[in-house]
Amino acid sequence: MSTVTPDAPAVATTPKATQTWWRGVVRTLTTNPSTLPTLASLVIFVGMLIYGELAYGKILQYSTISNLFINNAHIIIIAAGMTMVIVTGGIDLSVGAIVALSSVAGVMLANAGLNPWLAVGVMVLIGSVFGLFSGVLIQYFNVQPFIATLSAMFLARGLAAILSTDAEKLDKDSPIRLLGAKIKLIDGPKVNDLEITAGVILAFLVIVLAFYLMHRTRTGRTAYAIGGSEPSAILMGLPVHRTKLWLYVISGTLAGMAAVVYTARIGVGQNITGDGWEMQAIAATVIGGTLLTGGAGYVLGSVVGSLVLGLMIVLITRDGTVPPEWTTIITGGILLAFVLLQRAVTAARRN
Amino acid sequence: MSLIVGIVAFVGFLVAGIVYKLYRSQWFWGIVAIILLLSANLIKDPGYLSITYSEATGRLVGNLVDILRWSAPIMLIAVGMVLVIATRGIDLSVGSSMVAGGAAAMQFLSVVKTPDSVSGAAIAVLLAILTGAAIGAINGLLVTYVGLQPFITTLVMMMAGRGIAKVITGGQNTAADSAPFKWLVNGTVLGFPVVILIALAIVTALALFVRRTAFGLVVESVGINPSASWMAGIRPNGILLTVYILSGVLAAIGGVFAVGSVMVVDISGTGYQSELDAILAVVVGGTSLAGGKFSIRGAVVGALLIATLDKTVLFLGISGAATPAFKAVVIVLLCLLQSQRVRNLFTQRRAAATADPAAAPKASVAA
Amino acid sequence: MIEDANGPVVEMRGISISFPGVKALDNVDFRLLPGEVHTLMGENGAGKSTLIKALTGVYRIDSGTIVVNGAEVQFHGTADAQRAGISTVYQEVNLCTNLSIGENVMLGHEVRGALGVNWKATHAAAAEVLAGMGLGDLDTRKPLSTLSIAMQQLVALSRAMVIDSTVLILDEPTSSLDAHEVEALFGVIRRLRDSGVAILFVSHFLDQVYAISDRLTVLRNGQYIGEYPTAELPRNELISLMIGKDLEALAELGSNRRSARRSEDAVPLLSARGIGKRGSVRPTDLDIHAGEILGFAGLLGSGRTELARLLYGADKADSGTIEIKGKPVSLHSPISGLTTGIAYSTENRRDEGIVGDLSVQENLILAVQAERGWLRPLPSRQAGEIVGKYVAELNVRPPDPDRLVKNLSGGNQQKVLLGRWLATHPELLILDEPTRGIDVGAKAEIQESVAQLAEAGTAVIFISSELEEVVRMCDRIIVMKDREKIAEFDAGPEVTVELIVDTIASHQAGDPAQPSEEGGAVA
Repeated sequence: MSTVTPDAPAVATTPKATQTWWRGVVRTLTTNPSTLPTLASLVIFVGMLIYGELAYGKILQYSTISNLFINNAHIIIIAAGMTMVIVTGGIDLSVGAIVALSSVAGVMLANAGLNPWLAVGVMVLIGSVFGLFSGVLIQYFNVQPFIATLSAMFLARGLAAILSTDAEKLDKDSPIRLLGAKIKLIDGPKVNDLEITAGVILAFLVIVLAFYLMHRTRTGRTAYAIGGSEPSAILMGLPVHRTKLWLYVISGTLAGMAAVVYTARIGVGQNITGDGWEMQAIAATVIGGTLLTGGAGYVLGSVVGSLVLGLMIVLITRDGTVPPEWTTIITGGILLAFVLLQRAVTAARRN
Repeated sequence: MSLIVGIVAFVGFLVAGIVYKLYRSQWFWGIVAIILLLSANLIKDPGYLSITYSEATGRLVGNLVDILRWSAPIMLIAVGMVLVIATRGIDLSVGSSMVAGGAAAMQFLSVVKTPDSVSGAAIAVLLAILTGAAIGAINGLLVTYVGLQPFITTLVMMMAGRGIAKVITGGQNTAADSAPFKWLVNGTVLGFPVVILIALAIVTALALFVRRTAFGLVVESVGINPSASWMAGIRPNGILLTVYILSGVLAAIGGVFAVGSVMVVDISGTGYQSELDAILAVVVGGTSLAGGKFSIRGAVVGALLIATLDKTVLFLGISGAATPAFKAVVIVLLCLLQSQRVRNLFTQRRAAATADPAAAPKASVAA
Repeated sequence: MIEDANGPVVEMRGISISFPGVKALDNVDFRLLPGEVHTLMGENGAGKSTLIKALTGVYRIDSGTIVVNGAEVQFHGTADAQRAGISTVYQEVNLCTNLSIGENVMLGHEVRGALGVNWKATHAAAAEVLAGMGLGDLDTRKPLSTLSIAMQQLVALSRAMVIDSTVLILDEPTSSLDAHEVEALFGVIRRLRDSGVAILFVSHFLDQVYAISDRLTVLRNGQYIGEYPTAELPRNELISLMIGKDLEALAELGSNRRSARRSEDAVPLLSARGIGKRGSVRPTDLDIHAGEILGFAGLLGSGRTELARLLYGADKADSGTIEIKGKPVSLHSPISGLTTGIAYSTENRRDEGIVGDLSVQENLILAVQAERGWLRPLPSRQAGEIVGKYVAELNVRPPDPDRLVKNLSGGNQQKVLLGRWLATHPELLILDEPTRGIDVGAKAEIQESVAQLAEAGTAVIFISSELEEVVRMCDRIIVMKDREKIAEFDAGPEVTVELIVDTIASHQAGDPAQPSEEGGAVA
């Protein structure tokens, strides 16, 4: 990405390294307008950080940033899977419900005396099975993705309720809770520490692997090709069906992992856990620059999108004058703005 | 007991009498499913189907009445949804229109000085309808003039609509008291629940509107073959806009029903996942998610099935929160049924699907 | 690359494919030699695209054998055909515009290293392939969408080279290119041919066929007509093979319409000046009078349909003016055409004509209803009258107004469409290929209806691939080629199919359009 193009504007005064970096950005933007929404959300994120720091203070500090990641690790993980599915032009509405089933089942199994790590494995596996369920419906029975994942969502949510409709508390001494325990990296003054959880590390690993999958493997490139034009991808002889099936399995699996991360942190599994998370993940993905029609998007963008949503809640809470009931509508508004921006970008690209 | 026997005999006669005609209709399996569910309930409680007249309250009492009452809001959103789907669209925001409409009505009644006046109740209902119409209009405008996909547009509106409801009530679960408003949902006429009468009247009026004007014809034409319809001089934008507004309005009335029974709007609960019920009802009713031919009657059957399913799950002592699992089973079964048919077609006419692009999109729907 | 320099790379023998109701290919032979450009010729419905789809694994064949590189093959999908070394470039570019140029070239064949795809090496490989085709100056990292359609076609061709194809199928790759772009494409095609690749080419532009192809195979109505060296087949003979009439017979097929039905001083019903649309029709003048049948003669891709669509408003013209009875009108959509008194029956019956899942009755009243708006439904009595009238007059079989149109035969679907337009009482009726793919009886009935209409004072524009039909029915004929009007004839005994074929064959691209008044070539 650092190749210098002759037509990029020269910035004589900056050091060489910065110059090349700057040119890379300019080049990417000029040649590929689909990166514009991702960049926009990055700018918004930085702007929100700065505004928050200036207006309310205590934003750009270890504890706030640590909590932003710790509290959104599960959404980041889900959004990574959602991004892959949306890039193919599909959608996965089942992720939130999978979290519910997975966490209820996991907590009940662990409390019943099953080896806690085995229980964690089962939690992840539940996600994979539901991903496979959706994928098979979509691939072998030509069901529209949103109907297939909708039925997976119903099924998972209903099964969770059949298992239990109470809040299932994880035993106080369950080792699963270790996954949600905060690890102090830098001991700051008072409570201002840089902290991390196993969940954040997992989210980081997921992002790295997802990035690798989407940008460095043929499977990932096939996903982009499918999103660009599925008939073309088929005519090019790419393994379209296999790829789509895999991506739904991955998305489901990641939802299972998100359930582990969330349950470990909260210590409770309930049939209403994860309600609306699919919408949050979709919003994070769209804000992060992924086209809902498929074909363009970045896993890293979705991370930014998740953080924008998370930070928005923090800022609204800090502000105190914005009634909390406005959050949904603000999120909806941002989402609409980004969808319209996407529409404008695609229209511009077509011309 | 004689009443039970009478009803069972009546239902049996009805079923036998029209079974052939039904069998040829697309919503045949919906009827079968309803009968199966009712039979399961009958096994648990032989008196399940009985309807009695309560002298004390002056109303008909029975499980069937409950099912019908429960089906009223579902029926309305399903009928709105069936029109949207016929145009090759989808409206995921009906649940949000329900809660937003309900919130508008309840908020008005909670602040107005005379909530018990008929005019107050009427204004509340009108406000609900206007809210739904506004949400539908935004959907329609984004779909037609901005050219966004219906799925994306209404997904955004699904989120924003619940936000609108929260803003209207200030985030509260607003409660209010209004006798005339409550009567709309809980009242009876000659023992028969008003809500059912209203729902049936609206659905009938809509069916008449759709089939007596050329609206149904142009909606189907646009849904079946948009380019041919355009070449025949049909302008799609006005039709799409009307359909989305209708869907929003019907959902808002459904919202009035939903809040009216308890006289409180539950910001996160009212209309929650109702869009899924509506879509399911449409699919059960035999309308293809690929658009085109639609059946309002089918959507009503679908709504009845969902209401029966909801009530059966409760009656059999399973948690209401588990109902989605059963709905999922119904959706998956329908998918497999439809898709199996497609597959049979494939084996018989190997090349038919590839040779006829007009048929191909139909085949890929198989919802 | 060539296993046997003398034998064919592809040999298809006795290929038959049937679809419900149609025999798309009937015992067709086809062979392709290494290092040649071979053109497949034929009018609509000849079976060209079916043959190509059989060769690329999209359709399975009912009978016959396909031999590729000496081995008999059976394809179960496009991937099978690609593995056998057959690549295809389609009319619509089948690439992914959201990805970079280099990625499109290499998709599925990316260079992989220890850390997954090695993008540097992949782009280098793509650049190498592109350079081999004379496209070395493309930046492989730019998105494909930054390229023109023509360049995208060339990128699609390069992709075919990555998978070392021995057979390259070009299905109408030039239909949206201008002359300059076509030349660039031909440069690449010649280079590939010289390297031994066997190229199957489909195009409707005669000049291009003669410029690039070594041999050609003619198909007609799903049947094999013959294989000829291009240089030895005169153009008029080729056209007569495609339309299925001997040259001698063509000379006898004269017009039996009386010439010049119009009165010279009358204001034309429709008068177009300089009407055109970039990329589809060059600016054209034409007049049509009430009671006149005006024919558009020309091969597929000549611009005949595109011009008709401009006159209806189905496409919006970007130049020129249209006047109806001397008053300027703006035709921007079908409804504007309809309300102006123009009706257009499409050549694409299935996609733009019938609404298959609606009944005969609903299809018949659709345009009338569209004109009224849906709030004012057609009274059922009036609808019944329309349906009764046209089902009877046009002899729709079966005469059941409630039957779904998709269950009717092609000819009866066409009658329903004709009825739909007649019900709007148009002053100008444009019929695009109204008799294609329908049986002889229905064809005669439709022709008779058209003649009666003109007799009653309706102006008709009649478009057909069957030139003898145009010659026989029309009072005046506009000859089109390569998206422009090249001649205009008044009907008369001396106007024959042969004359039109010769006009098309002898016209060279780039000639100034011949005078439109009084048809110069008649004298």
